[in-house]
Amino acid sequence: MATNWPLARRKRALQQRARILQGIRQFFIETGYLEVETPHRIPTPAPESHIDAIPFDTWFLHTSPELCMKRMMAAGYEKIFQICRCWRDKERGNLHLPEFTLLEWYRSGGDYQSLMEECEEVIRYVAMAIGLGQRIFFRGHEIDLSEPWERISVREAFHCYTQTSVTETMEENLFDEMMVHQIEPKLGVRRPTFIYDYPAKRGALARLKEQDPSVAERFELYIGGLELANGFSELVDSEEQRRRFHIENENRQSFGKPIYSMPAKFLAELDHMPPSTGIALGVDRLVMVFLNAETIDEVVAFTPEEL
Amino acid sequence: MYTASDLRKGLKVIIDEEPYIVTAFEFSKPGKGQALYRTKLRNMITGLTMDRTFREGDTFEPASLEERAMQFLYKEGDHYHFMDNETYEQIIISEESLGDAKNFLIENMNVEILLFGDRAIGVELSNFVNLRVIKTEPWVRGDTSKADFKPATLETGYVLRVPPFIEEGELITIDTRTGDFSKRVKE
Repeated sequence: MATNWPLARRKRALQQRARILQGIRQFFIETGYLEVETPHRIPTPAPESHIDAIPFDTWFLHTSPELCMKRMMAAGYEKIFQICRCWRDKERGNLHLPEFTLLEWYRSGGDYQSLMEECEEVIRYVAMAIGLGQRIFFRGHEIDLSEPWERISVREAFHCYTQTSVTETMEENLFDEMMVHQIEPKLGVRRPTFIYDYPAKRGALARLKEQDPSVAERFELYIGGLELANGFSELVDSEEQRRRFHIENENRQSFGKPIYSMPAKFLAELDHMPPSTGIALGVDRLVMVFLNAETIDEVVAFTPEEL
Repeated sequence: MYTASDLRKGLKVIIDEEPYIVTAFEFSKPGKGQALYRTKLRNMITGLTMDRTFREGDTFEPASLEERAMQFLYKEGDHYHFMDNETYEQIIISEESLGDAKNFLIENMNVEILLFGDRAIGVELSNFVNLRVIKTEPWVRGDTSKADFKPATLETGYVLRVPPFIEEGELITIDTRTGDFSKRVKE
């Protein structure tokens, strides 16, 4: 008899998790992507206002493989993907683990619109691979995975679901609160939703939209109100990137957070990166969606509290 | 001092100078945004609940609540007088702050008083207390038309439903968490 019941009970979930990981790999191998591995331990994370790295000696555990994978793109790797562990300090809740699994993929050419389409393909492919059909049940919603998924701009979402506007909300510094309380619960409840064109300030590594530089070509995917993935048209201008990192560091300083040194090698190589798209998808959360799990704890072998 | 990342269910904190207990807690972090800590809080004085969302940098003082063993002395109008078993100091708690506890207090009963600073904000009773029935209808044997329960008034004035065989003058046990009859006490 097993004495660790919580762990024994998760066996089915972990078997499904393994099949989901296999399905993801299969999709990317079939579509000509190269699986890569980049170091988990890095000298400096990308300076971003609200993402905190866990220090490791004088270095850090990466918060995502973004910088290394972009350096590979700059060196001529055109289609790459990676499934890896990432760490973010002090993130713990029903939907967060400080150590979690991220799927990231990058490809040259295209823009965030084509990336949304590819993202749909990945998730539909994996759903089929594990024996789910076009309809899934998650958080009390019946969600239709067949085409087309909903696409709504941040501006439209504020118009539809709130009494205020993005501009006003940004001025009042309440963007995150509005997203969490008013908008997120409405996203992806009948079919998955891509919410796109975030305020420029909210896309530190994304390209600004040519026709409207007040927004970044960035999107998030939601299913059943749960945020699953963040993708964008990549910024490939090192001067602009450096300027934005400085702003992010200033924000960090104003919040009393440590500032991060400039990722010099990344910046030096960024100008060689072709126009590309990139996306990070939370694998644990994808497993939650497919298994209709309420908490992230149900889809991992061990939570930090259980170690 | 607590920061928002210390928030957990059951944590007691001071907000707007009043003690609150966290009754529900959720961590949110919308993409690339800041950490938000969504809570439901119950005011430990008024019992009212509210929803509040905190940000990462928010800080709180812990609400230090002290429990002290005291004895209920007597009631005077709306005021209930208690005495600290160690210091013999006397305090007064209003009927309103006592809540349901007033239904179960009899003189000389030992209770735990919850203090916030110098202010008494509540009473912790034992889960079960024995109280005497001072008024109830007699049971007519063989009468099956009556319901399974009948009303009875206790020495505190509290009225509850008891089985028909309970008679005036009897001692019964009450569950103070629900206010329900638990059993008859054999004397």
